[in-house]
Amino acid sequence: MRNVLISTVSWVYATLIFGFIFLPVAVLVLFSFQDGRLPVPPFNGFSTQWYAAVFADRKLMAALANSFVVALVSSLIACLLGFLAAYALARHKLPGSALQRGLLIAPMTVSYLIIALGLLTVLNTFGIPLSLWTVGVGHVVINLPLCFAIIYSSMGDHHINIERAARDLGASDFKVMVLVTAPMLMPSILAAFFLSVTFSWDEFIIAFLLSRFDVTLPVEIWSLLRSGLNPKTNAIGSLVFLVSVAALLLLEFTLFRKSGKS
Amino acid sequence: MFAQTLEQTERRKAWGFVAPALVWTLAFFVVPFLFMVAMSLWSRQSGQIVRAWNLDNYFAFFEKAALFKGLINSLEITLIVTVLSVLLAYPLAWIIAERVPKRFQRLALILAILPFWTSYVVRSYSWLLVLSKNGVVNQTLMTIGLVSEPLELASNRTATVIGFVHFFVMLLTLTIYANLVQLSPNYRRAAADLGANAFQTFRHVILPLTLPGIMTGAFLTFVLCIGDYVTPQILGGNNELVLPQIIMLQLGRRADFPMAAALSIILMLAVTLAYVLCARWLKIERA
Amino acid sequence: MTAAVSVENATKTFGPFTALNDVSLEIAAGEFIVLLGPSGCGKTTLLSILGGFLSPSRGRVLIGGREMTNVTPAKRPTTTMFQDYALFPHMKLKDNVGFGLRMRGMAKTERDEKALGFLDLVGLRTAADKKPHELSGGQRQRVALARALAVDPEVLLLDEPLGALDLKLRRQMQDELKAIQKRVGTTFVHVTHDQEEAMAIADRIVVMNQGRIEDIGAPADIYMRPRSLFSAGFMGEVNFIPGRVTALDPTSATVETALGTVTLSLTAFTAGAPIAGQAVTFCIRPEHFRRAEGEQANLVSLGQARITGQAFFGTHYRCHLAPDAAPDLSLVVHMRQSTHVSDGDAVPLAVPAKDVVVLPGTTKDT
Repeated sequence: MRNVLISTVSWVYATLIFGFIFLPVAVLVLFSFQDGRLPVPPFNGFSTQWYAAVFADRKLMAALANSFVVALVSSLIACLLGFLAAYALARHKLPGSALQRGLLIAPMTVSYLIIALGLLTVLNTFGIPLSLWTVGVGHVVINLPLCFAIIYSSMGDHHINIERAARDLGASDFKVMVLVTAPMLMPSILAAFFLSVTFSWDEFIIAFLLSRFDVTLPVEIWSLLRSGLNPKTNAIGSLVFLVSVAALLLLEFTLFRKSGKS
Repeated sequence: MFAQTLEQTERRKAWGFVAPALVWTLAFFVVPFLFMVAMSLWSRQSGQIVRAWNLDNYFAFFEKAALFKGLINSLEITLIVTVLSVLLAYPLAWIIAERVPKRFQRLALILAILPFWTSYVVRSYSWLLVLSKNGVVNQTLMTIGLVSEPLELASNRTATVIGFVHFFVMLLTLTIYANLVQLSPNYRRAAADLGANAFQTFRHVILPLTLPGIMTGAFLTFVLCIGDYVTPQILGGNNELVLPQIIMLQLGRRADFPMAAALSIILMLAVTLAYVLCARWLKIERA
Repeated sequence: MTAAVSVENATKTFGPFTALNDVSLEIAAGEFIVLLGPSGCGKTTLLSILGGFLSPSRGRVLIGGREMTNVTPAKRPTTTMFQDYALFPHMKLKDNVGFGLRMRGMAKTERDEKALGFLDLVGLRTAADKKPHELSGGQRQRVALARALAVDPEVLLLDEPLGALDLKLRRQMQDELKAIQKRVGTTFVHVTHDQEEAMAIADRIVVMNQGRIEDIGAPADIYMRPRSLFSAGFMGEVNFIPGRVTALDPTSATVETALGTVTLSLTAFTAGAPIAGQAVTFCIRPEHFRRAEGEQANLVSLGQARITGQAFFGTHYRCHLAPDAAPDLSLVVHMRQSTHVSDGDAVPLAVPAKDVVVLPGTTKDT
């Protein structure tokens, strides 16, 4: 009897919370197909005109490409630097290694707004023009701690002798890393990389403050918002959502399934 | 011996490997931060930055009600959001961990955080579709005749809080669930065995054991929430500005970099204070 | 290939801790050397210095006559077989074994062929396409051996390679290791803390303790004629009986012990000629005791003792005896399986003079 009560309350609660969580996304996707100028009820009928408008918008498409490049390049750099630092600090006794780890993790505890503002101050002082490059630099700053922490925590002591064996058999440091260390840590390196891509792809405030003429997608969407409620915004938002979910499911069924087995 | 020992050679190489990351962090994080501290001690007068060292910006923060109110708004909203999010997420995490069959748990969890993958800016905008004057809620209420005039649901603090809570409920469900599934079922069996009822078990066993996880999630919520500009700007409108909005105002209309820098440092101090207050419960994992 | 190894006055300190204290060692080409000692004795440090993972704080290392003290592992003619095997988890067995050849620039087909040959040597040719996690502990150990041998090292260093195996498999692998070493002729330097393993495989054993070499020699020498109390105790069960040198002449010495006064040839003093008045310790293995039956030549009588406890071990009875002359001294004595023993029995004890070793110092010193 009591169990039934708990069960009922649980299901009602779960349904309500899931409703709350999905409500805005459902509305977003539904009204991206609105046949009319306003993405609010009543639903006038099904139309893909707003998707056509998105693909026809050169600025939006350019921003999409920019976001993609910035996310990819900055994540690659963050992963590479994080991996090298993790390798050095996990495998060698360097003086002040606790301090070094603290320094590398530190940007994680600071708001993106403050990181962006600091960089902006320096760039202004030295008269360096804002561009996608400066956005990328900022994104490496926020993703490097993440990549370092994930890769560092996966470098177990049981890997030490395996790397030694490789060196013993004649491998240079570079070959040890490429042929032995990186393949052994591949799941965590990929996790760090994809997480970085996600964060960079979705990041707004650094991209907003550190870019000027070429902008990333979140910044372009931000400027779309000035036109108020607009089904075109729904369409681009839905597109980003569907692509992210597809990528997520792909990862879930390939990468994590595979790594979970061995 | 003229040659370097093997240990010296290894250490030299290790410095080479860690150097790029250290240099990057120093050049693009530490140095900018120091620049910002310096900037906060200067001032802006008649369009020019005057490099005279003083604490005027900080004094101004406490003297000008508009600025100080920003911090108060930020703190109030952040606290409300953190508490509400934990209270809403915990039962959901518990239901997924305890009530959902094992093989569906991962699916349930993925569903619970699926809207996480919408663009951050778009997520706030979506709430505008729901809450605005002609949005879903108002239209529904008017259709069923509950109200005759549309309610003002967006452009206020409630909308900001709803937008934030939506985001952080997903985040916290994830962290609390991860904590709950780690608990051995033997704890509950042992507690029941010793005569505790379901509530007592929860109160004295499950809750204390999951507290570090909750606090870590809550701290993360606090840090991300208090530093966010997007959600309050889209959903909160121009009443009751929060600190990040005020910082952005200094940058935009007034180009007052020194003031923006000073306010940023105050924002950081607030986060540091929160860290000191919860440090006791925060369990920072280290491998 | 094979080469001689020479360690000259090697010392290794880690901060205030001295792991290796002025160790010198000459190893002949093709020899099977075992470094034996308890954990923390410096044997693994010495192996790391040979392998190029550590540099000695002082002293130097020569391999095949070439200075190797600060040469990296990759450039040494040594390979190491690690205790945890350290196989590359993401590579097939043939790629594991062929890794060193790949680093030396050998083409894929050629190195695969060579890798298969070495897998054949350890009996795993058919598993060449498997990955390490599909293997048992003993099989992984063989792959590690094949991988280390595949690059044709002059010296193979083995760091407790059998430590993780169960006893039965360990004994079996010892024989295989010995056989493979004979076949390839490479110098093997093998670290272990198991003295039975050491005796089973070594040409010479190096007993180490507290960063120093205590004893070097063939297994039988180390066991029968130990040159230090530590070495005597570490190689197997032994009875220590304290005594004092009372008289000396050119061929023999007289020692006074709690079990009586004994005169022994100077050959019993393995650590050097005795000095009059010196405190010494008799070392007698349990299996060397005899039942004294009248006066016999070359048999040292140790007086009467009483059995206080006994257990049957298959090949012998292991008994505890309390000598009448010194009831506090408990001796461990192996008695033939055919004898009848029971508690309280009086046994006249004796030991062949050639089996007694007398070493300076007392067991309290070590």
